[in-house]
Amino acid sequence: MISLAGRDILHAWGKFVFTGLGLGLLIGVTLTMAGVYRGMVDDAKVLLDNSGADLWVVQQGTLGPYAESSSLYDDTYRGIRAMPGVARAANVTYLTMQVRRGDGDVRAMVVGIVPGGPGEPGQPGYLVAGRQITRGHYEAVADVATGFGLGDTIRIRRNQYTVVGLTRRMVSSGGDPMVFIPLKDAQEAQFLKDNDAIVRSRARTAGNPALNRPGVPGLLDAVIASQSANPYVNAVLVQIEPGYTPEDVAEPIRRWKRLTVYTRVQMEAILIGKLIATSAKQIGMFLVILAIVSAAIVAFIIYTLTLGKIREIAVLKLIGTRNRTIAAMILQQAVGLGLIGFVVGKIAATFWAPFFPKYVLLEPGDALRGFVAVVAICVLASVLAIRAALKVDPAEAIGG
Amino acid sequence: MAELQGQGIRIEGLKKRYGEGDTAVDALKGVDMQVAPGEVVGLIGPSGSGKSTLLKCLGAVIEPTAGRMTLGSDVIYEEGWKISDLRALRRDKIGFVFQAPYLIPFLDVTDNVALLPMLAGRPNGEARQRARELLEALDVAHRARAMPSQLSGGEQQRVAIARALVNRPPVILADEPTAPLDSERALTVIRILEQMARQYETAVIVVTHDEKIIPTFRRIYHIRDGRTHEEAGEGRVLQ
Ligand SMILES: Nc1ncnc2c1ncn2[C@@H]1O[C@H](COP(=O)(O)OP(=O)(O)OP(=O)(O)O)[C@@H](O)[C@H]1O
Ligand SMILES: [Mg+2]
Repeated sequence: MISLAGRDILHAWGKFVFTGLGLGLLIGVTLTMAGVYRGMVDDAKVLLDNSGADLWVVQQGTLGPYAESSSLYDDTYRGIRAMPGVARAANVTYLTMQVRRGDGDVRAMVVGIVPGGPGEPGQPGYLVAGRQITRGHYEAVADVATGFGLGDTIRIRRNQYTVVGLTRRMVSSGGDPMVFIPLKDAQEAQFLKDNDAIVRSRARTAGNPALNRPGVPGLLDAVIASQSANPYVNAVLVQIEPGYTPEDVAEPIRRWKRLTVYTRVQMEAILIGKLIATSAKQIGMFLVILAIVSAAIVAFIIYTLTLGKIREIAVLKLIGTRNRTIAAMILQQAVGLGLIGFVVGKIAATFWAPFFPKYVLLEPGDALRGFVAVVAICVLASVLAIRAALKVDPAEAIGG
Repeated sequence: MAELQGQGIRIEGLKKRYGEGDTAVDALKGVDMQVAPGEVVGLIGPSGSGKSTLLKCLGAVIEPTAGRMTLGSDVIYEEGWKISDLRALRRDKIGFVFQAPYLIPFLDVTDNVALLPMLAGRPNGEARQRARELLEALDVAHRARAMPSQLSGGEQQRVAIARALVNRPPVILADEPTAPLDSERALTVIRILEQMARQYETAVIVVTHDEKIIPTFRRIYHIRDGRTHEEAGEGRVLQ
C-alpha cells in the first residue's frame, strides 16, 4: 500500500510548505515564550548563585531583599558573625536604577558590596576581565551586558566610578545587569539627595525650634549629621561553616537577633513562586492562546484541504477504501503539517533567541513537550476534517 | 436475449422508495434486467426516470426497498443485503466509470489504477504490474508516469476504465461515460468497453443520454417511470 497522505503532500507541497512555514513561526514564538520563562527562572537562580550566600538575613517580616524592600542597620552583621556556624557575613545593598552611560543611560542593579578578599559573600564570583573592587570608594565592577568596558566611567547619582572589572550573566531577577560598587558609596547613593534638597532639608531642620535650641550649642549640627548619613543596608549575606545545615544556623539568628532569615531553598521559592509568578502566568496565558491559534490554523487548513477533496474521497470510498484509511490519510497530513511547523519553529527560535534583550533559555525538555503538544494539537485539529470526510456518501461519486 | 446460467448480473422486481409517508418517492417500481458476462448493454431513459438510482443500488451504495439482485451465483440482495462487507463487494466485484474520470489527482496514472488492488491487500509490485498491463491494453501505457492533470480528457477516461477493470470485476457500471467527449472519442470509449468486456468476461451496464453511442448497443433497457423495458438495439459494429 502506498501512503496517500504522503502522495498528497508531495503533490501539493507548496501549500504544505507555506502553511508549515507560517505555523512554524507561530510555534517558534511559542517555544521562545517558554524560553523567556525558563530564562527568568535561570536568572533568578544565577542571582542566588552569584551572591555566594547560604543565608539571607533581612528585615523582620519581609520577603527581602529581592522581592520586597528590606532594611537593616549596617552593624547588624557584627552580631551575626558571632553566631555559631557562621563563617562569613557581609552587608549588601541593592538598588535598581538608571545608570548614565555616555549620553544615554542603562537600567542596572547597583549592588553595594564590602570591598575585600575574593570569596566574601556578595562579591562577584568570576570576572571575565580586570579585577575585583579593592578600594573603599569610586571603583566599580560591571556586567558586560551594561555595555561598559574596563576603564570606563560610570556616573551614579553625583559620583563617578571607574570600571575595574567585568562580569558576565550577573543579572537581577528582572534581568537587569549588575554594577557592583563599594558598600559605603552604595549606601550614600541610596540615600543621598541632590544639593538643593540637602539645602532645603537643612533649612527645615534649622527652622524646627525643637532641634535648633539656642541654649544647646552643637545639637543642630549633630541632628543634621545624623540626617545625612545612611546607616542602613538591605540584607546581610551569610556563609555557613562546613558541618552545619542552613537551618541549624538560621534558627538561632531568627530567635536571638529577631530577624528574618532565608535559606537558599526558601529564597528560590520566593523568587520563582512570588517575584516572577505574575510574569509566569502572563507567559502561560500567551502559551495557551498561541496553542489555540495554532490549533485553529491547523484545523482550518486541514479542513479546507479536505473539503477540496470531497469528490476524491467519495470516489475512494466507492471503490472500497476503508474509513480508517481515509481518516489516517487526513491525520497523517495534519501531523505532517505539524512536523514541518515544529522543525521551522525550532530553527526559528534557536536563531532569534540570542537577539532578545533578556536571557532566553531554550530547554530540550521544553522542545520535546512542545513537540508532543504540536502532535496532539494536530491530531485534535484533524478531527473536524475527519468527521467531514467520514460523512461523505460514496453515492455522491455516482451523482444524480 | 443472452442466456444466463448463473452468470453475469440479474435483477428481478427491484424497487426503491426514497423517504416515507407523503413525501415518499418511488424511484424504482419493479426493474428486471440481466446482463451476461462479456456483454455491454445500454440503459436509457428520460431525466428522473431512475437511472442513477438503479446504478446506486447495483453499486451497493444505497439499499433497495424490495426485489432481488444476483451476481454470478451469489445473491447480493433479497429483502436486505446478503453480503456483510459491501465495501469489499464494491472493491472486488464492481468497476465504476463515471461521467468525469474522477482520478485521484495526487497519484500518477499507474498508481491511480494500482490503488484498487493495493486496497485489496496486493503487494505494490504486483498491483502496478497489473495496472501496467491494463494501461498497455488501453493504449495509455506511454502516459503511465504522468499525473492525471497532464492527460487529455480521452486519456483520463481510458485510465478510469483501466481502474474499473483492474480487479477483474464481473460487473462494470458506467454512468454517462461519454458525456464530455466528442463523438469520435465517445465511440472509442464504447469500443474499448466492448473489447474489455469480451476479454475479461465482464458484464457492462452503460447509462447514457448520448445519441451518438445508442446505436452501438445490441441490447438496450429503456427505463421510464421506474420500470424497465428491454429492446434490441442496432448493435452497430465498431472498428
Ligand atoms: N436522495 C433522494 N431522495 C428523494 N428522492 C430522490 C433521491 N434521489 C433521486 N430521487 C428521485 O428519484 C427519481 C429518480 O431519480 P434518478 O436520479 O434516479 O433519475 P435519473 O434517471 O438519474 O435522472 P437524470 O437523467 O436527470 O440523472 C427522481 O424523481 C428523483 O427526484
Ligand atoms: Mg442521473
